[in-house]
Amino acid sequence: MDKTWNNKAWFLVLPVLVLVAFSAVIPLMTVVNYSVQDTFGNNVFFWAGTEWFEELLHSDRFWEAMVRNLIFSFIILAIEVPLGIFIALNMPKKGWGVPVCLVLMALPLLVPWNVVGTIWQVFGRNDIGLLGYYVNALGFNYNYVQDPFDAWVTVIIMDVWHWTSLVVLLCYAGLVSIPDAFYQAAKIDGASRWAVFRYIQLPKMQRVLLIAVLLRFMDSFMIYTEPFVVTGGGPGNSTTFLSIDLVKTALGQFDLGPAAAMSLVYFLIILLLSWVFYTVMTNYDAER
Amino acid sequence: MARIDVNHIRHSYLPNPRKDSDFALKEVHHTFEDGGAYALLGPSGCGKTTLLNIISGLLHPSHGQLLFNGRDITNLSTQERNIAQVFQFPVIYDTMTVYDNLAFPLRNRRVPEADVDRKVRETLDMIDLASLAKKKARGLTADQKQKISLGRGLVRSDVNAILFDEPLTVIDPHMKWVLRSQLKQLHRRFGYTMVYVTHDQTEALTFADRVVVMYDGEIVQIGTPAELFERPRHTFVGYFIGSPGMNVLPVALEGRTAKLGAQRIELPGVPKAEAGAVELGIRPEYVRLGREGMAVQVSKVEDVGRHKVVRANLEGREIAAVIGEDDEVPAEPKVRFDPAGINIYADSWRVEMGA
Repeated sequence: MDKTWNNKAWFLVLPVLVLVAFSAVIPLMTVVNYSVQDTFGNNVFFWAGTEWFEELLHSDRFWEAMVRNLIFSFIILAIEVPLGIFIALNMPKKGWGVPVCLVLMALPLLVPWNVVGTIWQVFGRNDIGLLGYYVNALGFNYNYVQDPFDAWVTVIIMDVWHWTSLVVLLCYAGLVSIPDAFYQAAKIDGASRWAVFRYIQLPKMQRVLLIAVLLRFMDSFMIYTEPFVVTGGGPGNSTTFLSIDLVKTALGQFDLGPAAAMSLVYFLIILLLSWVFYTVMTNYDAER
Repeated sequence: MARIDVNHIRHSYLPNPRKDSDFALKEVHHTFEDGGAYALLGPSGCGKTTLLNIISGLLHPSHGQLLFNGRDITNLSTQERNIAQVFQFPVIYDTMTVYDNLAFPLRNRRVPEADVDRKVRETLDMIDLASLAKKKARGLTADQKQKISLGRGLVRSDVNAILFDEPLTVIDPHMKWVLRSQLKQLHRRFGYTMVYVTHDQTEALTFADRVVVMYDGEIVQIGTPAELFERPRHTFVGYFIGSPGMNVLPVALEGRTAKLGAQRIELPGVPKAEAGAVELGIRPEYVRLGREGMAVQVSKVEDVGRHKVVRANLEGREIAAVIGEDDEVPAEPKVRFDPAGINIYADSWRVEMGA
């Protein structure tokens, strides 16, 4: 070993390494361990190799949950991003309205996720729920417990209610950082409202929007608590997203091997998609 | 191009101004002649930018009227006023190319694309950015960006006036000189009405035919650079213009003489001053340091390159004198005031002197 090399620095990163090992790497390794073994209980394990992975990739149930989840993520992004931008653009920039709006916007984000689920579970019920009762009273046949479409609508509206604020706050942060001179120059240049949005506001919001899309995609792709509380994945499997499916497999059926394999595949998909998102959007940014 | 009449304009940023001090612009009444090059000069916070924004319509004045060529346009929008304005910090549309940035004000006004192309190319040559036309504006340096801002101000030839709000703040000193001469040239060629806000006296004096000096929300003097230098109407103008500023000394008047402590100073005439605080103003350039006159104690000599600034104490008052680069300070220094450079101020305003 070359003694001029100074290895003391390793001691300085050691605490972080230990922390990351205990919080992430070691738990992840137990999952890896489960994913290649089979067990019938009593802590007796048998080597299973890639069997669970092969089974998973040929399982209709997994792919259906995946497609369902992608559609869900796509829909909520398509609603929350434009809606968030729209609200942020219309929020006051100064005066007493600013703190009021910010607090109102932050409120849904402060509610614990299972409480959000409970709120909507009750809100949407057609016997005692404010929303469900009146929608039915208006003549619409709305019942999220029995109708898959209604269940989807409920879960999507709930997610929009819960998370649009995040997009709003991020966009608002981007908007308030634009100096007044830009708007003044746009007036001098005779720019229309649309041109101001297209050439001043949108470019300035681009970075925060990238983060908003990334966060909302990852969160919605991993969504568990709220739909679990509202619909429990039903009716049937119509709102069973990947996480719900995973928990059903792991804790409902106690199939540790398949569930571990699924977790790993799920993890890799999120990692991959996030990486693709990020590279595509930052490259796009750099090109311009 | 237009003549701009600023008709008794007052402006306050407060909703219900009561006192005089609530007004950012106390009262401005002035005519910017068609085709004139004006500089608005004054310290930060004196209301220069407020006045400019009122002219361009970004602000609506609390009181008063604004006329372009005699037509009242106080209530017209910025766009209807057809004005160009360049701001202190570069404003560029960074997703567009340099070319599109310059074309933007024209395209917004639905100018035919052939004319847009001609105007943009002309302007690009003028600001020396033709080689970057196809580049995205985002990647440019600060002074290139500011040139784009300038270009967007110059690209429309039919504007009523071009307003500049300290446009060269972010530009390197040597580029400042070049750009300023280009603006001056443009002015001569096209006869735009130009109003140029700055707090830099050199910039104001080199750019403008007429300099409007503002102080505390008011216009204190309008004049050519020479007038501002020789005959400042207000002691503020004396301080603010010149480096170092004018010496202002409290004196007592006695006919043709002014008494400063034990010293008696001969005046070029009899000041028509009434009772009140009377001051004598003399620029350091007119203070003669030598072996005769009033005794002073020299405290400091600053060599600023082409000349030296002598700081001295006269009758308990700090004064500055300018001497040549090769001149020496005598052993027993004395000063004399050149009568040509003496101005008398009553309540800070200059008073005329009779024979």
